[in-house]
Amino acid sequence: MSSRKKLPPPPLTWPGRMEDGRRVLRYVDALSEAVALEMTRDEKVFLFGLDVDDHKSIQGSTRGLLERFGKDRVFTTPLSEDAMTGVAIGAAMAGMRPIHVHIRMDFLMLCMNQIVNIASKARYMYGGQVKVPMVVRSIIGKSWGQGAQHSQALHSLFMHLPGMKVAAPSNAHDAKGCTIAAIRDDNPVLMMEHRLLYPTEAVVNEGAYVVPPGRSRVCRFGRDVTIVGVSNMVVEALRAAELLSEAGVSAEVIDPIWLAPLDTDTIIESARRTRKVLIADNGWLNCGASAEIAARLAEALAGEGPIQIKRVGFAPTPCPPSPELENAFYPNPGTIAAAAYALAKPDAPAWAPDPAATKLAYQLQFKGPF
Amino acid sequence: MPAPKPVPPKKADPARLYRAVRRIRRVEEEVARIYPSDKIKSPVHLSIGQEGIAVGVCDPLEPRDAVSGTYRGHATYLAKGGNLNAMMAELFGKDTGCARGKGGSMHLVDMKANVLGCSAVVGTTVPVAAGFAMAQKMRKTGAVVACFLGDGASEEGCFPETLNFAALHKLPVIFVCENNGFAIHEPLAKRWATDKLCERVRTYGIPAVRFADSDTVKIRDHIAKALPAMRKGGGPIFLECMTWRWREHVGPGEDYDAGFRSKADLAKWQKKDPVVVLAKKLDKKVKAAIDAEIEAELAAAVQFAETSPWPDAKELYSDVFA
Repeated sequence: MSSRKKLPPPPLTWPGRMEDGRRVLRYVDALSEAVALEMTRDEKVFLFGLDVDDHKSIQGSTRGLLERFGKDRVFTTPLSEDAMTGVAIGAAMAGMRPIHVHIRMDFLMLCMNQIVNIASKARYMYGGQVKVPMVVRSIIGKSWGQGAQHSQALHSLFMHLPGMKVAAPSNAHDAKGCTIAAIRDDNPVLMMEHRLLYPTEAVVNEGAYVVPPGRSRVCRFGRDVTIVGVSNMVVEALRAAELLSEAGVSAEVIDPIWLAPLDTDTIIESARRTRKVLIADNGWLNCGASAEIAARLAEALAGEGPIQIKRVGFAPTPCPPSPELENAFYPNPGTIAAAAYALAKPDAPAWAPDPAATKLAYQLQFKGPF
Repeated sequence: MPAPKPVPPKKADPARLYRAVRRIRRVEEEVARIYPSDKIKSPVHLSIGQEGIAVGVCDPLEPRDAVSGTYRGHATYLAKGGNLNAMMAELFGKDTGCARGKGGSMHLVDMKANVLGCSAVVGTTVPVAAGFAMAQKMRKTGAVVACFLGDGASEEGCFPETLNFAALHKLPVIFVCENNGFAIHEPLAKRWATDKLCERVRTYGIPAVRFADSDTVKIRDHIAKALPAMRKGGGPIFLECMTWRWREHVGPGEDYDAGFRSKADLAKWQKKDPVVVLAKKLDKKVKAAIDAEIEAELAAAVQFAETSPWPDAKELYSDVFA
């Protein structure tokens, strides 16, 4: 006879940490809490992908789900990303709501045929007879030698497709709200998470809530220059804005949150006031999200007088693992602040903040190997 | 034509099978006849000669069961009960088409009849069918999914990926490979290291059978026999059905003058023509009555497509999102 005691299921919501009477939660826990709430609400929701049910639970982001919901709703897959994406699509067409998890965004390249040729088009190509309510979760890696194939941010590939939605939450609150919105959406949604943001904390309400597609957030109000940040670049832009403030420049920081559908109205409204926009993307510039935002700004505002647009993003190279090279590859609060300063004060001498002041805790505290 | 019986007969009914193959044959012959008029501006991949496979597989299926077809999918669509008027209108690009003029011949779909949407990218539908089957298993519906694919699709990476997953999870999928020997114009000998598809499939623990003649009744009986176990979680099965594409890869004509395959082979396969084979089992009067019904239904379908309205221009933007 077994003497094992049956363990109680893990809590539906994580306790987090109380701060000024409000619950503060990590990004990584907000992700699993969102899924737990939705799996409880709707039995059609299931989660699968390589390693979702192992002891490391996708770097903690699926922690507790197997124990709570069982192996029929939380299960691993063979290394068959192409077919598994098709399986998710087929299940979604049959009325289920799959969440397909990839520990690195780079692996989505193995899913492209299914995402591009079926998921994004099925609703249209089949005359409205089907819907594909699936969520594809993906994580961008950065630092600790992630290198060329574990670090890519490929959101622009998905933004290009009619029929796809793309979310890039930059904080724990949005990670939960976007995930819940994605699960409830009747369309395929790509979630682009960022590994370095996983330990970052924010106030996260306990119940279910959505951060809906197509609504940007003004994270910080300013007069002189608008900075649009994508994914973790929001965090870096906010630090840059602090440094700019010390240099006498008032920067407004906008987080689009959802890249498709993209709320350009909020960005245009800000740019209409500042006439100076810096777009900081966590990605390459060429045909990227920054190019799309810049084009929409130019189309909307060109007739209203001069507007200056500048972009920063990945260097136009693959990502190198050597820390020295990697530092040069990514934008950071220092390069963002310097670029914004040059926009805001074109006649002043070039300025850059003290490099020591540009370091961010979430980057400094990160330890590998994962 | 009367509505198909919800529960199929336990034994093969020659009249029912004949009606189904003859109907598909006549629909596609009519498509080929209309094609030069340019009223059908859609790349048609005719299944003429291959109809017996779709009919044999679909005949024992129930309405709750689903089929997943290829871009050569007219036969699959019709055999499972896809709406003929909506198919014809789709080929004409009309608003009444099954995909409202946004799919065309290669993307037929009829979810009411559980005909999953067809795809023009070879092999793409194979894992989608498995996912649909996984949902049936999760919801314990007892339904199965018949997943049609060509010999070319067996070369795509998602095919072995899907076989492995379907076998691992014991998904209720009937994999049906319609092996017509050519991928567009390239013969098997230039594409396969060994002609042992069933052997390859069996290594996943999936029972696999080759039907050298693709006799409609034999395929039908095989499926009917397999269904009860599949509905109880027995897992997938695989059929390799040898066949012959009578016409060119795409379009209404033939391609024997191109030199890559011979009319002698066509003649060999025409002796096994499912329409002729099944007709021989019928009383002449019964056959004549069925033929007349089919002609009337077909004429009505063409009339329906001809007279249906075009989609409104604003429909360009509808259904991008659900």
